[in-house]
Amino acid sequence: MNFTSLLNSLPGAVAQGLIWGIMAIGVYITYRILDVADLTVDGSIATGGAVAGMLIISGCNVWVALLVAFLVGMLTGFVTGMFHTAMGIPAILAGILTQLALYSVNLRIMDNKANTAISANKYHLVVSLRNVRAFTELSNPIYIVLIFTVVIIALMYLFFGTEFGCSLRAAGANPNMARAQGINTNMAKVVGLMLSNGIVALSGALLAQYQGFADVSMGRGAIVIGLAAVIIGEVVFGRFLRSFAGKLVAVSLGAIIYYLVIQVVLWLGLNTNDLKMLTALVVALFLAVPFWKEKLTTFLSARKEG
Amino acid sequence: MLKINHIAKTFNPGTITEKKALVDVDLHLMPGDFVTVIGGNGAGKSTTLNAVAGTFLVDKGTIEVDGVDVTRLPEYKRAKYLGRVFQDPMTGTAASMTIEENLALAYRRGKLRTLRWGISNKEREAFRQALSTLELGLEDRMTSRVGLLSGGQRQALTLLMATLQKPKLLLLDEHTAALDPKTAQKVLHLTRKLITEDNLTAMMVTHNMKDALQYGNRTIMMHEGKIILDINRETKAQLKVDDLLRMFEKASGSGIVNDRMLLG
Repeated sequence: MNFTSLLNSLPGAVAQGLIWGIMAIGVYITYRILDVADLTVDGSIATGGAVAGMLIISGCNVWVALLVAFLVGMLTGFVTGMFHTAMGIPAILAGILTQLALYSVNLRIMDNKANTAISANKYHLVVSLRNVRAFTELSNPIYIVLIFTVVIIALMYLFFGTEFGCSLRAAGANPNMARAQGINTNMAKVVGLMLSNGIVALSGALLAQYQGFADVSMGRGAIVIGLAAVIIGEVVFGRFLRSFAGKLVAVSLGAIIYYLVIQVVLWLGLNTNDLKMLTALVVALFLAVPFWKEKLTTFLSARKEG
Repeated sequence: MLKINHIAKTFNPGTITEKKALVDVDLHLMPGDFVTVIGGNGAGKSTTLNAVAGTFLVDKGTIEVDGVDVTRLPEYKRAKYLGRVFQDPMTGTAASMTIEENLALAYRRGKLRTLRWGISNKEREAFRQALSTLELGLEDRMTSRVGLLSGGQRQALTLLMATLQKPKLLLLDEHTAALDPKTAQKVLHLTRKLITEDNLTAMMVTHNMKDALQYGNRTIMMHEGKIILDINRETKAQLKVDDLLRMFEKASGSGIVNDRMLLG
C-alpha cells in the first residue's frame, strides 16, 4: 500500500464530495424539509449533466449551460410534483416514474448516445479534474465548487427565511397545521421538488464538466449518496451546526467525508464493483440508528420500572 | 356569520365501512355566537366542524361563512376565514419550528406569502406582548422549538395562533380533551377570554356537559348525524347536567349515554 497514492487521491475526493454535497443539499430540501423521499434525483442529476454537456459542446456559454441545466432540473421536479399532487401517486413512486422516464429523455438529450465527452481542451469549463491538485490556481475545482456551495447555502438560507420559504417548511413539518394556516401544501411540495431537482441538476452539470463527460447512468444510486451525506452530516456535526445554514454546511461536509472514506476503503483494496453495496449497507445502518436508539430507550426504561 | 344549510356526508359509500356521518345538519350562527356542541361518540360533532373547515367536501347542502359560499373551496382557502384548534396538541403547531415562526405563519393566514423576510422585528414585539397575556412565560422562549412545549402550552399557543388574525369563525374541536383537568380549565378560561375580547363567533365541541353549559351562549346536541337539540342562552342558564341528560334521552329516544359525556 502506497501512502502517497492515497494522499494524491484526496484532493479529487474533496472536489467530488463538494459537488455531490450540492446534490445532497437538494436531497436535504425534499427529505428533511418537505419530508418526502424523492427518487427523481437519480434521473435529474444525469439530466443536468446531459443538458449542460450538450449545450457546451454546441458552443453555448458555460454559465448559460449551468442555468439551463438548473431550469430543466426544476422541470423534472415539477413533473414528479404533478404525479404526486395532481394524480395522487405516492411521492416515492412518483419519483421512480420520473426517474425512469428521464432515462429515455436523457438519451434523447444526448442524441441517443449513452455518453458524451466534454473535453476541457476544447471548451472553456467552470471546473475540471485536471486542476484538482493545482492548489495555487484559482481554477482549482475545489475552490470553485466551494464558492458555488457557499452561494447556494446563502441563497437557501435567505429563501427559507422568507414568508414563502417558511410556508414550505411548515408544509413539511406539519401539513395539517399548514393547511389550517392557509398554506397550499400541494403547491409547497411542487415548489420544493422543483427547487431540489434544480439544485441536483446543477450539481450534475458541474459533475459532468469535472469528470469530462456526461453519462446517462451517472445518477445511478445518487439518492443513496445524497442520503448518506445528509445522515453523516447530521451524525457528525448535528451537535455543533444547529442553525438552518449550519445544517446545510453539515450536509456538504457529510458528502466530503463520504468521498474521503470511499477513497480510503478503495486504497485499502476494496473492489470498485462492491462500492454501491457498501454504500447501501452503510446508509441502511445509519438510517436504522434512530430506530434502534428508541427501542433501546424503551427497553431500558421498561427494565428500570420492572 | 355561519350558515350550514342541510349538509350531508357519507364516508366510503357503497362499501362495508360505509358511514353516514352527517345526515342533515342545518345550523345558523349569528355574529358573536359562542355555541358549544355536545353528543356521543360518532354523533357527527367533529365531522360538522371538519365540514366547515374543508377537511372534506360535503355530499349535499351548502356552507356559508360571513356571506361567502365556501362549500367547494379547498381547506387552505377557507383558512382565511377560520381559526382552528384541534384535539391533539401536536396538530395545531409545527414542532420543528420556533414559537415565533409558528406565530409568524399564523399571522399571515389568508395573506399572500411573498419573498419578504418571514418575520419582522415589529411583529416579534407584538408576538411577545400577545404571548405575555398567556402568562405561561412563553414570551421569553420565542426562539425555542414548539416541540419542547407541554400539551397545554401548545394548545394555548394554538389558540393564540387561531385568533392572531381575527377569524370570522373559531372552530374548537375538543381542544381540551387531551389535557389534564387543571390545564384544561386554564385553556378553557383563555378560550373564553379571547372570544370575549375579540367578540368572536365560535363553535366548541366538547365531551364535557358541564363545560358545555358553563361556556358560550348556545348549546346544540348532536345524535347520529343530526342536531337533535338547540338550547338558547335563556334556557341554558337554568339547565343542570341532569336536565341536559333527560333532554337528550327524550330527544334521541335512547337512554344510552356515553360515559365520557358524564365526566366532569
